Amino acid sequence: MNQDTDMNRRRFLGQAAGVAGLTIAPGVMLYEVQARPADQAVSSKVRWGMLIDTSKCETGCTDCVTACKTENGWGSTETKSSAEQQAQWIRKVKLTDKQTGHVQSLPLMCQHCETPPCVDVCPTGASMKRADGIVLVDKHICIGCRYCMMACPYKARSFIHEPLTDQKPHAPRGIGTVESCTLCVHRVDKDGTPACVEACNAEGHKAMYFGDLNNPQSEISQRLKQHGGKQIRADLGLNTGVRYQGL
Amino acid sequence: MVFLPRYIHKLVTLIGVSLLLALPLTSQAADLMPSVPKGKGEQCVEPTADMRKNHMEYMLHQRDDTMHRGIRTSKHSLKECIECHNAPGKDGKVARVGSKDHFCSSCHTYAAVNVDCFECHADKPEKTQYRHLSKGSH
Repeated sequence: MNQDTDMNRRRFLGQAAGVAGLTIAPGVMLYEVQARPADQAVSSKVRWGMLIDTSKCETGCTDCVTACKTENGWGSTETKSSAEQQAQWIRKVKLTDKQTGHVQSLPLMCQHCETPPCVDVCPTGASMKRADGIVLVDKHICIGCRYCMMACPYKARSFIHEPLTDQKPHAPRGIGTVESCTLCVHRVDKDGTPACVEACNAEGHKAMYFGDLNNPQSEISQRLKQHGGKQIRADLGLNTGVRYQGL
Repeated sequence: MVFLPRYIHKLVTLIGVSLLLALPLTSQAADLMPSVPKGKGEQCVEPTADMRKNHMEYMLHQRDDTMHRGIRTSKHSLKECIECHNAPGKDGKVARVGSKDHFCSSCHTYAAVNVDCFECHADKPEKTQYRHLSKGSH
């Protein structure tokens, strides 16, 4: 690359940066939030994430779990499977500090890792991560080997053992395939928020936040910047998209 | 055929034509043929002949686009096929996959081609009323 090309490239990148964000003061950028058209592919400019404030999450409250069940049609659909076999996209976990007796409650689901172990081990490419960070199972090519279930440190995935009927049109699920939290991808693609977050806010708990981790102006990024957010099993270095505050 | 005497040619043609005419009249033959339910709306997203031959290609392409790239256009999506082709009748009843009244099943049973889509996908629209107004009778 000669110097001319290099300079042209720099100029272009400079202009591109100018278009992407308008500087209104040093360090403060005004970002234009635009809905992605239906015919446009997702891009890695966005990384969807979730922040859960465990101090606001009550023990015994299962509003997020109920909302997920209703939205995606799991729970009570697998009548022949045993309790251990039944699907579980999101669950409430109770943590008790044995020394102090302090109890914490939090929802646990697919953590939408940046480097997901489930994607690493999948032999067919069915377990995959979208450009915008949402980890999904392409059930069309899932062979039901369940390697991903073993690889996931959060035990976030379920396998369907029996034939299902009456699935939701936006959430296909069926026998012989693995499934997990989709971050309500069908809602996100229409500029919506996941059902669990919506339910948590609607009930006034306000323990869950959803947004773009790549956008420094988004509420989730602002909150993470101010209060910080822990990853569960941060030692694994997976850079999870779901963060917990107050853990 | 051209080397046959003219009267034999005529006879064969006559028998052929009368057989063809008689075929749809027999009840047995009518049962064997698929009775494809009429869809909502005026026209399918592609010409009917094209859809008959290539619907699986269109859906396969759309499937990968939606799944991996988040492209959710409705033109070739299975969900939209079902919305239009398996809308509830006037009595509010919806045909289920496997029955001859289901748009996909009617043909797939006839052609003996197994369709796996509905092991995971919904075989009927979620809402009982289709959101577009159409002049279609069904």
